[in-house]
Amino acid sequence: MALFKLEGVSAGYNGKEVLHDINLSIEAGERVALVGPSGAGKSTLLGLLYAQQKDQAALVPQDSALVRSLSVFHNIYIGRLHHHATWYNLLNLIRPMNKEVEAMLPILNRLRLEDKLFTRTGELSGGQQQRTGVARALFHGGPALLGDEPVSAVDAHQSQVVLDAIRAGHETVVLAMHDISLALAYTQRLIGLKDGRIIFDRPTRGMQASELDEFYAPSDEGGFVLP
Amino acid sequence: MNRASSVKTSLLFVATALACIVFADLEINTQHPWRELGRMALGAVTPNFLDFGVLVESLLQTVAFALVGVSLGGLLGFGLALLYHLALVRVFCAAVRSVHELFWALLLLQFLGLNPITGLLAIALPYGGIFAKVYSEILEEADPAPLGALPGGSGHVSAFFFARLPDVWAHIISYTSYRLECGLRSSAVLGFVGLPTLGFHLESYFRQGQYSQVSALLILFYILIATLRWWARPRLLPFYLLGALALFWGSVDISMENVVRFFSEDIVPAPLRNAEGLGAENLAALGGWSWSLLMGQALPAVVATLLLTQIALVGTGMITLVVFPLVSRKFFSRPARAVGHGILVVMRSTPEYILAYIFLQIWGPSMLPAIVALAIHNGAIIGHLTGRHADQLPSRPDAPRGLNLYGYDILPRVYGQFMAFLFYRWEVIMRETAILGMLGIHTLGFYVDSAIQDIRLDRALLLIFVTALLNVGVDALSRTIRARLRLSRTPDVT
Repeated sequence: MALFKLEGVSAGYNGKEVLHDINLSIEAGERVALVGPSGAGKSTLLGLLYAQQKDQAALVPQDSALVRSLSVFHNIYIGRLHHHATWYNLLNLIRPMNKEVEAMLPILNRLRLEDKLFTRTGELSGGQQQRTGVARALFHGGPALLGDEPVSAVDAHQSQVVLDAIRAGHETVVLAMHDISLALAYTQRLIGLKDGRIIFDRPTRGMQASELDEFYAPSDEGGFVLP
Repeated sequence: MNRASSVKTSLLFVATALACIVFADLEINTQHPWRELGRMALGAVTPNFLDFGVLVESLLQTVAFALVGVSLGGLLGFGLALLYHLALVRVFCAAVRSVHELFWALLLLQFLGLNPITGLLAIALPYGGIFAKVYSEILEEADPAPLGALPGGSGHVSAFFFARLPDVWAHIISYTSYRLECGLRSSAVLGFVGLPTLGFHLESYFRQGQYSQVSALLILFYILIATLRWWARPRLLPFYLLGALALFWGSVDISMENVVRFFSEDIVPAPLRNAEGLGAENLAALGGWSWSLLMGQALPAVVATLLLTQIALVGTGMITLVVFPLVSRKFFSRPARAVGHGILVVMRSTPEYILAYIFLQIWGPSMLPAIVALAIHNGAIIGHLTGRHADQLPSRPDAPRGLNLYGYDILPRVYGQFMAFLFYRWEVIMRETAILGMLGIHTLGFYVDSAIQDIRLDRALLLIFVTALLNVGVDALSRTIRARLRLSRTPDVT
């Protein structure tokens, strides 16, 4: 049984269609990368997938969507709001519980955030903010993770640390990525989007990054370039 | 914004004000106005703090009413802000905020009596209506992204407190503390209807001609407001509230009999009071009663209120254009600006009502004291904001100086913002104009006050209703003009 399934779905904003006739099925346990030029519809597609499994999937949205006036602790805690009663959540807002801090520690250590735990996220660097956004999704602990460019603001070494953590923490992973070599290294399946349509959908095994050069090359309006 | 249309609008308003002056009563009625002024000036420079106990007591009461009243208003407004999408709530808020604190106090006095609850509600109700509107606007500005990233099933309450409120909390706090300053002025003025705040002692000192005590009281009040940001800390609020409650303790005594009589008899229009049912005859009597009240009192009062408002609005604008350079970096050095700030703080910290009361002692009852009071108070407020706006403008190194700088560089650039501030103040000036009638000027407040003194609360209520409609109308008109001139909205000026 597929975890995510879209059949002939189109989507858009304010009457302007950005995704056309998408057919897609992702099984539990798959690791998938969405690639394609900006404006291809990757974020919209991730949004559709997230809407299907809101209870199961953790989300790392573009630009992390942190609450800038709250600390790293609170932003990460938000990942598990749905696990607790409202009164317990409010209690943690006023006074962070040791229990929760301890539960976060492995993630904090892995993403190098332990010394920033009680810093407001608005004061963090771009890379630290992005790692906080990933930490929130990891803390969520659901079986699936959907990420929109989750390593766009961190350096090459940290990218690997973050992606390792994502791979270890979630069995099903769908990531929108622009770095093809990272996509090839961390996922098993590559879906190419262009102008709101799926252009290709293939396993990454044995694939070379250079095979996609043509896909990213500027093409005529509406012209499809298959790898 | 369109330069020509802003000049045209200004000229239109000035012409209107000039036309209003023709019909306005600007007479000086006292026999020796300058002698009285001289005695007041002498009092102002010889403050007398010997009545220290009374001075401190009246300041404590003023602070207590302001803190508890504004806090209650804040809570009420916060709750209503969460429901502000409901049309019923919006109408309720517009209604409660269109009635001035003093009118609320006058009404509440009639059935709650002279006790703290009256003063607290008189502040909390109109402030609650304003808070609801502004808080809901602030909450709408919260970044929507974090809400979208919440796990499914987070619950509305958790979502609100984690992903919506924190983003705008600082803004809410800063707006609320700005309103606390307004609340201190409102609280001080409530003394004029008998509550134990600053206005009460001010009036009795005035009546006895003890101008040195007046001066001492006002100086302490200015110090209180000037030091607001050091003592009014959110963290200290619980202690202050406890202290205020202790101050009020034991003085609350409400007679249910009065409350019942107020709603079942006092405010029922006279022709219906002893009537059986709503027959055609009774309705005709009600119609006649309303017609004579509207034509005989409301109409002349509305005309006077409008005349006075338009003159005071233009007066406010003129004062603003004169005083704003005093606090602007573009015109004066630091020491000179400090003096300018001092003058403006005194001008804007003295409530219009108290200024008008002082000028009334000098010139006697006419529109003159009210116009001067409104222009000084509001001119200082807008002057402060316009000066701050001028400071933010980039300046070139070869800019002209003095009057050339004022006329050719700064004034044309701040004019749009100045007009925006002025139009925001329009409704406030109108509300205050109506209220100043209680001092004897024939605006709406005069007729409300007389109706209450005659214990004709039905009439008072109808007149207050007319005042509220007038305020709502001016608010709508100012919104239309601002939209036409495309003046930007600055929420911290309401």
